[in-house]
Amino acid sequence: MVHLQALLFSLGQQLRTPFSSVLTIAVLSISIALSGLFYLLVKNVNHLTGQFETSNQITLFLGQHVSEQDGERLQRQLEKHRNIQATRLITKAEGLKEFESYSGFGDALKALNSNPLPMVVQVFPRLSLTTQQQLQQLLDELKVIPVVSVAKLDMQWVQRLKAIIVLIERGVLVLASILAFAVIFITGNTIRLELQNRQQEVVIAKLVGATNGFIARPFLYSGFWYGFLAGIFAWLMITGLMKLLQPPIEHLTRLYLGYQEVIFLSVMNSVILLAVSSLLGVVGAWGVLVTQLNRLKPE
Amino acid sequence: MIKFDHVSKGYAEVSDALVNVSFTIEKGEMAFLTGHSGAGKSTLLKLIALVETVSRGQVFLDGQNLNRVSEQEIPFIRRKMGLIFQDYKLLNDRTVADNIALPLLIAGYNHQDIKRRVRAVLDKVGLVGKEKSYPLSLSGGEQQRVGIARAVVNKPSLILADEPTGNLDPELSIEVMRLFKQFRQVGVTVFVATHDLSQVVESGCRQLILDQGRLVSG
Repeated sequence: MVHLQALLFSLGQQLRTPFSSVLTIAVLSISIALSGLFYLLVKNVNHLTGQFETSNQITLFLGQHVSEQDGERLQRQLEKHRNIQATRLITKAEGLKEFESYSGFGDALKALNSNPLPMVVQVFPRLSLTTQQQLQQLLDELKVIPVVSVAKLDMQWVQRLKAIIVLIERGVLVLASILAFAVIFITGNTIRLELQNRQQEVVIAKLVGATNGFIARPFLYSGFWYGFLAGIFAWLMITGLMKLLQPPIEHLTRLYLGYQEVIFLSVMNSVILLAVSSLLGVVGAWGVLVTQLNRLKPE
Repeated sequence: MIKFDHVSKGYAEVSDALVNVSFTIEKGEMAFLTGHSGAGKSTLLKLIALVETVSRGQVFLDGQNLNRVSEQEIPFIRRKMGLIFQDYKLLNDRTVADNIALPLLIAGYNHQDIKRRVRAVLDKVGLVGKEKSYPLSLSGGEQQRVGIARAVVNKPSLILADEPTGNLDPELSIEVMRLFKQFRQVGVTVFVATHDLSQVVESGCRQLILDQGRLVSG
């Protein structure tokens, strides 16, 4: 009952000073929203690369003088292989056309007398082949085919991408921690100012027998409200921004991977977001109260 | 109730605010503390209210040695006394009723008890009908009566007043003194610091006189 009163009272205090409260909450929610957005970014990219794992492919570059018939024969042979799901033959002419349309260097190629591109067979291994070892084995098998000049497993760039993502994940974690400290310090400073503004009140309460706990209570609730409200605004910001980004992201992923849904904050994520931001607010307030309250003496 | 045993208090800026002060005030007694401003009256009251600590000697309150009180105990000892100040020390953004209710809220009384006690004390100090007003809309005399109501609402066994009539005209001062005598009649110890000697003489109560930190009479 007393706690509820203090909780409502502290909210009332914030409503009474709307301007400074709004400023504080705005700064807090931007910090929290940044952390949340980075988190979602990593989560989405992770989801994307999860798909890449299944899109391993081996590219066979055939020798310059291999004929189209030989290429087609090779393709038919490969289709029968038990570890191969599908293949696709790209003739020299098709290769040139693709290169022209995607690279934008078409004019440069026209300057050449002959087509420098080799014939290519794309090999899609069966999905049952998941480990690096199995894929390597298949690659070794294909490498020794006489008409194949170079065989490449397109895994390396996925691995590099994964390594980059791990790095980004770390970076996001570090950044989120720094922002969490920022939230604690900003709330702490706001509570310190509030404490200063209500110094007279604190001193009077002490003179009529208030314990530090009693005096601290509304300020702690104040910290809670700052964190909680900032959490709500951060959630709105994140969701709004993701809604804005959704169409271009989905367009982009459709071009590369077929359809790919954008991931938003889940219910669990949202609950954690609110809980953590509220907790950070309380921690910020608590830190200031522990250090400042004993200094406020009736003199 | 209050016992000073060879108490001295020195500040960095004032060499000796109190010098070797010893006296006893019995339970239920009403006493005045007088002397020029700067004689150490406020300092003496602050020692009892645990706002300051002694440099030498000992202060006892209700048999308890205040030198040995921990920081955590202070609030609970303060609840046993009602403090009244020259500048009232009211919360100007709260109503009269809320101001008076503060000590009860702090002590954890329930809502019903608080309402009942606030109403009773408002009646006693003659402020019925003003409970919803804000302190700054009241006259000085009324504000001081709010301060007194806040000091006695928790039924303390000791009232400490530092120049309670310092800002009031003579008629209002008499009114305030009349209230103090009423409290004394119900067994409350009242200790008032004042420079208004006419009041002291009129009351016929005991007088302790401080002069440059020394107790010269009492």
